[in-house]
Amino acid sequence: MISLGIEGTAWNLSVGIVNDQKILSHQQHPYQPSDGGIHPREASQHHSDKIAKIIKKTVSNANIQPQQIDLISFSLGPGMGPCLRVIATAARALTLTLEKPLVGVNHCIAHIESGKWSTGLDDPIILYVSGANSQVLGYKSKRYRVFGETLDIGLGNALDKFARKLNLNHPGGPKIEKLAKKGEKLIELPYSVKGMDFSFSGLVTAAEKKLQRGEKKEDICYSLQEYSFSMLTEVAERALAHSGKKELLLCGGVGKNQRLKQMLKEMSLEYQIKFGYPKKELMGDNGAMIAHTAIKMYESGIEHSPGIEVKTDYRTDEVEVKWRE
Amino acid sequence: MSELIARGAEAELYKKNQEIIKIRKPKKYRNKTLDERIRKNRTKKEAKATREARKIGVPTPIILDMKDFEIKFEYLDGEKIKKIYSRLNQNDFRKIGKYIAKLHQNRIFHGDLTTSNILKTNRNKIYFIDFGLSGYDGHIEPKGVDLHVLFQTIRSSHPEHTDSINIILNSYKSSMNNQKEIIQRLNEIEERGRYF
Repeated sequence: MISLGIEGTAWNLSVGIVNDQKILSHQQHPYQPSDGGIHPREASQHHSDKIAKIIKKTVSNANIQPQQIDLISFSLGPGMGPCLRVIATAARALTLTLEKPLVGVNHCIAHIESGKWSTGLDDPIILYVSGANSQVLGYKSKRYRVFGETLDIGLGNALDKFARKLNLNHPGGPKIEKLAKKGEKLIELPYSVKGMDFSFSGLVTAAEKKLQRGEKKEDICYSLQEYSFSMLTEVAERALAHSGKKELLLCGGVGKNQRLKQMLKEMSLEYQIKFGYPKKELMGDNGAMIAHTAIKMYESGIEHSPGIEVKTDYRTDEVEVKWRE
Repeated sequence: MSELIARGAEAELYKKNQEIIKIRKPKKYRNKTLDERIRKNRTKKEAKATREARKIGVPTPIILDMKDFEIKFEYLDGEKIKKIYSRLNQNDFRKIGKYIAKLHQNRIFHGDLTTSNILKTNRNKIYFIDFGLSGYDGHIEPKGVDLHVLFQTIRSSHPEHTDSINIILNSYKSSMNNQKEIIQRLNEIEERGRYF
């Protein structure tokens, strides 16, 4: 089955085409904010300007004719309303023109399913860290259950917020990672783990204060990473201990960070946990993950009408995972 | 001879005669300074809140001794409720709600209120353990978080028994004076952490 998926919940607009075995082609066009953070309306304008071109390019790079596509899918949510509506419109148009079935996919579940696909992990605890989302999940009784999550903002957005104070443009995470490599001193910041939940907004506020007081930005970036990644690793560790699962999957854009991967790897070694993360192109938001998850959903009997409404705050545990035992 | 009886994410538990020694081992993945800071801080908090809780009538194990990274407790014969959740009765749930209210009335929050941190002994007593993430706070937020963490654990780990949430909550409400604001905050917390 050949499946086309559209992703554009936030700043990255991306289209992927996959079959049951592999990615056939994958294109993206990230929106770059003129200044500051993401403006939802600007981002959606960007998406609607570029989407037709990206779809055409993805299809031609896959070396297929549009009629060979068997299934159309898109991110139904969670995400920014204006952005979601643009990709939903594009997906509806494709479905109606090509007369192929449509599936709306939960964005977070697509990260999980494509992560499993890419790593071969079977039943992992999932640490999903992106701009807006930071959650620890695990499968139980037909749902991906949330074991723990951020009580305020996602880690990616928290890092972006601090990066803006340093006048670094979006996305800030990779630039903070670079600076952190030159940091040496651990500066005291709040370590906020609450059961299996955590929070980041106090951490960023404290980091901003340290900056005003003249601490070196390299040291603050280093400490920000040490604190926030230790929190995530500890919560993943707790979820593993609590659930008894033996695998750990890291996904989401922040998962590209080397230091985070290193910490999780060390923790996994200690408990003899199998640790994996998807290859780079599947790590951040991408259309291939939507296309892959759509195949699983469609084959388990799920199909949506073109009239389906987007869900800006679509919860991971709202979705019945029909395709798993 | 002391025998390793449990290795959790936070600590190792050794049993010797009728005593339990809880040791917070270093985490290699963490920066050393940060690691020691966290372990020392949690050991101290745990000892303090465990004692305070028992004083105000919430059953917790007696502390026999402590050092920087370890605490010695009396041994309790029982099970984590996580393992016997389907066998708990209404009375157990009501006790849990009442004990949480007692802690909160006294400005103590537990900080890690999962079904792994509540025990039921062979004499049918409910005990609260693992106060390493606890604290003193007059605000409503950490109290709301306590309830949220417990209910989230029930929903994720015991999805067949979510009706217990209401029994715990009703018992909590009837034992608590200013519960309205806390329940309102709980609902807010459960809505938060979602997109925007």
